Amino acid sequence: MTPLAQAEPNRRSFLKGAGALIVGFRMLGDNAAQAQFAQAPLPGAPPIDQLDSWIAIAADGSITAFSGKEELGQGISTAQQQLVAEELSVPFERVKLIYCDTALTPDQAYTSGSQSHPANFNHGNLAQACATAREALLKMASQQLNVPVERLSAANGVISVKGDASKKVTYGQLVAGKKLNLTLDKQAKRKPASEWTVLGKPIGRPDMAAMATGQFEYVHNVRLPGMLHGRVVRPPAVGATVVSVDESSVQGMPGLVKVVTRKNFVGVVAEKPWQAMQAAEKLKVSWTAGSGLPKQTEFHEGLRRQPSRDVKLVDSKDTERTLAAAATVLKSTYYHPYQMHGSVGSSCAVADVQGDKATIYSPTQGVWYQKTTGAMILGLKPESVHVIFRRGAGCYGLNGADTVTYDAAILSQSVGKPVRVQLSRKDEMAWENYGNAWTIDERAGLDAKGNIIAWEHEAWTPGLGNRPGPETPGNVVTGMLIGYQPQAFRPGAAQEPKSYNNNSNGVPSYVAGHVGDKSEGTGTVKSEKVLVHNLVSPFWTGPLRSPARLQNTFAHESFMDELAARVKADPVEYRLRHLHDERVIGVLSAAAKAAKWEARPSPKTGNSKTGVVTGRGVACVAYEGDNGYTGIVVEVEVNQDSGKVAVKRMWVGIDAGPISNPDGLRNQAEGGALQGMSRALGEEVTWDDQKVTSVDWRSYHSLPLGFEIPKIECVLVNRPDEEATGAGETSITVMAAAIGNAIFDATGVRLRQIPLTAERVKEALRARG
Amino acid sequence: MRIKLTLFTQGGEPLTHAAGHSTLSHMSAISLKVNGRTHTLDLDPSTPLLYALSDDLELRGPKFGCGLGQCGACTAIVNGTAVRSCVTPVSTVVGKDIVTLEGLGTPEKPHPIQKAFIDEQAAQCGFCLNGVILTAKAFLDKNPKASESEIQQALSGVLCRCFTHVRMQQAIQRYAKEVAK
Repeated sequence: MTPLAQAEPNRRSFLKGAGALIVGFRMLGDNAAQAQFAQAPLPGAPPIDQLDSWIAIAADGSITAFSGKEELGQGISTAQQQLVAEELSVPFERVKLIYCDTALTPDQAYTSGSQSHPANFNHGNLAQACATAREALLKMASQQLNVPVERLSAANGVISVKGDASKKVTYGQLVAGKKLNLTLDKQAKRKPASEWTVLGKPIGRPDMAAMATGQFEYVHNVRLPGMLHGRVVRPPAVGATVVSVDESSVQGMPGLVKVVTRKNFVGVVAEKPWQAMQAAEKLKVSWTAGSGLPKQTEFHEGLRRQPSRDVKLVDSKDTERTLAAAATVLKSTYYHPYQMHGSVGSSCAVADVQGDKATIYSPTQGVWYQKTTGAMILGLKPESVHVIFRRGAGCYGLNGADTVTYDAAILSQSVGKPVRVQLSRKDEMAWENYGNAWTIDERAGLDAKGNIIAWEHEAWTPGLGNRPGPETPGNVVTGMLIGYQPQAFRPGAAQEPKSYNNNSNGVPSYVAGHVGDKSEGTGTVKSEKVLVHNLVSPFWTGPLRSPARLQNTFAHESFMDELAARVKADPVEYRLRHLHDERVIGVLSAAAKAAKWEARPSPKTGNSKTGVVTGRGVACVAYEGDNGYTGIVVEVEVNQDSGKVAVKRMWVGIDAGPISNPDGLRNQAEGGALQGMSRALGEEVTWDDQKVTSVDWRSYHSLPLGFEIPKIECVLVNRPDEEATGAGETSITVMAAAIGNAIFDATGVRLRQIPLTAERVKEALRARG
Repeated sequence: MRIKLTLFTQGGEPLTHAAGHSTLSHMSAISLKVNGRTHTLDLDPSTPLLYALSDDLELRGPKFGCGLGQCGACTAIVNGTAVRSCVTPVSTVVGKDIVTLEGLGTPEKPHPIQKAFIDEQAAQCGFCLNGVILTAKAFLDKNPKASESEIQQALSGVLCRCFTHVRMQQAIQRYAKEVAK
């Protein structure tokens, strides 16, 4: 058992003796992006309006910060530690950050959706708690030293009188033993970026050394006394249900503790992992046939014929008329497959359910909803369920983290002992909540000068399940197997939009986004219509890094390139001509400048029709319209004999507002770009008439470490006076289109279906002749 | 009892892989020399080395990624060669020198290749680091003059799903330069 696992800290005992500064403040929900995710904090969560929900200052001056935004590998814990150190004027090392433990930390809903940076680095939550605490400390020091606040300065956790350093008092002295109930509001001032000495610096991640030396405790490493090991037995086909479980088939197997069946959930518990794996493999379960799956080759076009719930985002009501009058009308259809999170470590959780109490170690992105839904599936009260986040392998969204947490909880409850469950590779890949498939039609009209005068976007996307919300354990496979339903699907016609919603980049960057009396889009095209059809998916779906934003952007940015090519315009100039948002213009220009972009139309002239040719492509996005910005230029080589595409270089312009940690931002931009490249070139969920067939790394094609890594240059656009935005989902969003556009530039062929495999490239080249 | 026997190439890819599990399991006293210390464990000899390391010995370096020898997360160095411990029965490594990621160095005193990864900040979630570092180390220690493309080839069976490839390559190059000295 690890020291961390031993500690089941109780907030009250944690704060006792440390001294606590308690300041209330009122600045909730004033961030528009945050409001999108705002759910009322669940009962039992440390109150979000109390400073000691966020910050505790010990007698020795050390500072503990509590956050509801967790470290998944994206570097946010380092940035949050920098934020606290900066605002409270203490060294980085003096701050300890605790995140996502339902006994300790505030309920900030999920760590997802590029929301951590905007939520905790602007005017609410952690940032405002820090500003509030600093002002309160200065005020207390002013009283104690009998000197006006204006004459005080704080450094290293000591407040001293300017010009007379002998007059000073430490944070520990000010707070120890006292409990203050100050109510502050958003008047508490953040330090201006120009004064930053910790935030904004490329501080290395404190967890790096432990990770590189095998010391870091992942959820996979949590060990509890008497812990057993579970393994699940999933249905062999989509829709198959249990007929019978033959427990005698595993009777006498070494180490076997129990076979557990609950409706359609089947699992085994054994003393050791290898024993559990062998028992799960040997257990004879009789299943019904599956419900059958649509033919994969006909899947995308079939989406158009399904019942749908329609959402209209913008509609100027004149697109038909404008298109009819246009000099040129272009229409293209784009297809994006289901893709996996495909975490390198299959998902794992450890649960200890004994009697009416449960302690659960989970890599979930939503500890509070694991608490409520965990209580539902265990038949316990939510207050009896303690969920503690422990990092898993990188998830990139809703991987198997939530479902395996339910698996562990169910198995632990049935044996009354702690149980660790790690999914098999196949169970992870066959049943995770995939990134959605899409079919997207784009249609645009151009005037005689080649300018875009109308743009229509119509999309079809199937979904099933989602992240577990406060009461929806059926949003992931285990919840469904034990009898819960996924969130309801109700077909229905679209309502007229009442306010502007970019809705996951459903709205192209180049339209005005006019709703009511305002235009809130980033582009200039006034005749616009965006309609989305939501359908039922045969597979589980959920957010996968840049959900919907990536697929929509693939279509928009590929189509923009087609339009530019049609009028023989330079693709960068043509984009700039139809944009008015200075931040997306900024990143696009930054990438183009770094790439020494030479203005000319695509395709490139003079390329041979055989052998290896090169080309360049560009794409850009205002993520969610206003939550992070990326422009990218890529250079590719296309082998026209094999169809193989190799990305040789890329230039990424990225803007996430004030840069909290430039090295962390760069790491996210680089990783996002390469992950986007892997998704664009090879990744696709496949299935037969009964089941998913991409269930390991031979059948699901992720780029390994061994490929020739393109040279990446990142241009970080710092905007110290803007709001902090998301960062980690921007560069991935533009990759597929940029590569597709570069293939077009090199060869003159347009690919409209992801992944851009060698076979598809070859087929398109054959058709070109 | 049938014992799986798996041989590995330099990159840790299984060469042959007799399918199937043992139909009978007998616990036996198995002695494993891990990071310089000998441990005697009561194990079914067909148990893959990974579970002896991560569960019986509670080591955090080697990790279950796929259980199929396809991703590298479980890598250990056995007699100087990187192997996929998730498909290597313990019975085949008795008496051999087994080194895991924690056997190289500590956060306070990291091995040069670990230091290179820390200096380059070459990780995101860090789950794959075990396979990346050990595969690169085993290869470079045997092939100190390896070219960049040979190093890439050696890592062709290792996955990093955060795609921290750029930094990992830089870290490996940094270590490669040290080894070549």
